[in-house]
Amino acid sequence: MKAASYGRAPAGTQPNYLYPQYVSTCKRSPKQPLILLPHTLSELTGPVFGHSEIGENDNDLTHQHSGEAQGERIIVSGRVLDEEGRAIPGALVEVWQTNAAGRYRHRVDQHGAPLDPNFTGCGRVLTDREGRYRFVTIKPGAYPWQNHPNAWRPAHIHFSLFGAGLLSRLVTQMYFPGDPLLPFDPVFNSVPDENARNRLISDFDWDTTMPSHALGYRFDIILRGRQATPVEVSP
Amino acid sequence: MTTPPTASQTVGPFFHLGMAHLERGNFVAQGIAGERVTIRGQVLDADGNAVPDAMLEIWQADSSGRYGGEIFPQNSATPRFLGFGRIETDDKGEFSFTTIKPGRVASPDGSLQAPHIVVTLFSRGLLKPLRTRLYFPDEPGNADDPILKLVPQERRSTLMARCSGQRGAKNVPENAPPKIFDWKIVMQGDGETVFFDY
Repeated sequence: MKAASYGRAPAGTQPNYLYPQYVSTCKRSPKQPLILLPHTLSELTGPVFGHSEIGENDNDLTHQHSGEAQGERIIVSGRVLDEEGRAIPGALVEVWQTNAAGRYRHRVDQHGAPLDPNFTGCGRVLTDREGRYRFVTIKPGAYPWQNHPNAWRPAHIHFSLFGAGLLSRLVTQMYFPGDPLLPFDPVFNSVPDENARNRLISDFDWDTTMPSHALGYRFDIILRGRQATPVEVSP
Repeated sequence: MTTPPTASQTVGPFFHLGMAHLERGNFVAQGIAGERVTIRGQVLDADGNAVPDAMLEIWQADSSGRYGGEIFPQNSATPRFLGFGRIETDDKGEFSFTTIKPGRVASPDGSLQAPHIVVTLFSRGLLKPLRTRLYFPDEPGNADDPILKLVPQERRSTLMARCSGQRGAKNVPENAPPKIFDWKIVMQGDGETVFFDY
């Protein structure tokens, strides 16, 4: 029988569960081998989100309160594509991040940096017909964490994406070009393949930079997609 | 020319900020057909410690075995079962959600899978999500389920919820209290849950 299939990620382009330099993986990564699952309807389908899930200003994190958020205003945009470069329209993109001072508006965050009453740090948007998304936000700050002595996370924006089915589901982080903390960050460096790792770094982008207003950063995201060519499946 | 998918990164400990808008404990609107079930559970790490900063995403078929379409349809006259839910663990690593027992879904070889709920687990310390399934005990379809058959016999019980409410009732009315099932997710070590690679 023939079935359209989803390819598997080339070796090294995804992190392993265990990456001891990121200490939290040690007690939370499975030791038993994973069981390879044939793709059934349960994995090939997935939720589809509509515009009812998106509120006003969900794509502008600088204008979600009575005043404007503090910090360096930036525009983050890009395209959501499958592995063969085809646009993925209607994908739900959720983002969350620290404020300009490196502090999350979250009860667990104990970093002694100030909160900004005009910045929550979360947004969402659906990709358009060409797979494009765009957010206006504040450049997030670096912040300390407890992984190792004097550990600091490089500035990043968390991205969560729903593509065509569960197989396409992705949660990742976007980094900024030239960040001096990147070579020391175990989360970033958990991706073995250098090219795959560097694709997590956004590009500074003149095309989306708005004169006298905000710098633009471009971050394209590739989701696992159905391969164009059906492959033989043994009966 | 293909480009590999973007690398996964952990959700970290602060995901609630961006994810909370889809979190809810009850996935079932009134008027949806099917037997109500409540799944109570706990997420544990290698030392048996509770994982208080995990998030589960649920995907399942409706009671007739069909997967849903658009979520939260605003103008639909008949309520549709959405089949998706997002739940976070609390300070004790515990979670609970109420849904309907899914129907049977076709497998690639044409046979029917036993009723199951697809569970994707995210947390700090997970650089990519863990994917598992929850099955229901005493289902006649379990013995022939093509996915359960791939799992070594001695580990299958990790995918099986345990019924702790009233059981076996037929034609349960829609407004009856949900049947309660308990299920543990062990990320590593003794009784480690079976996780799948898609």
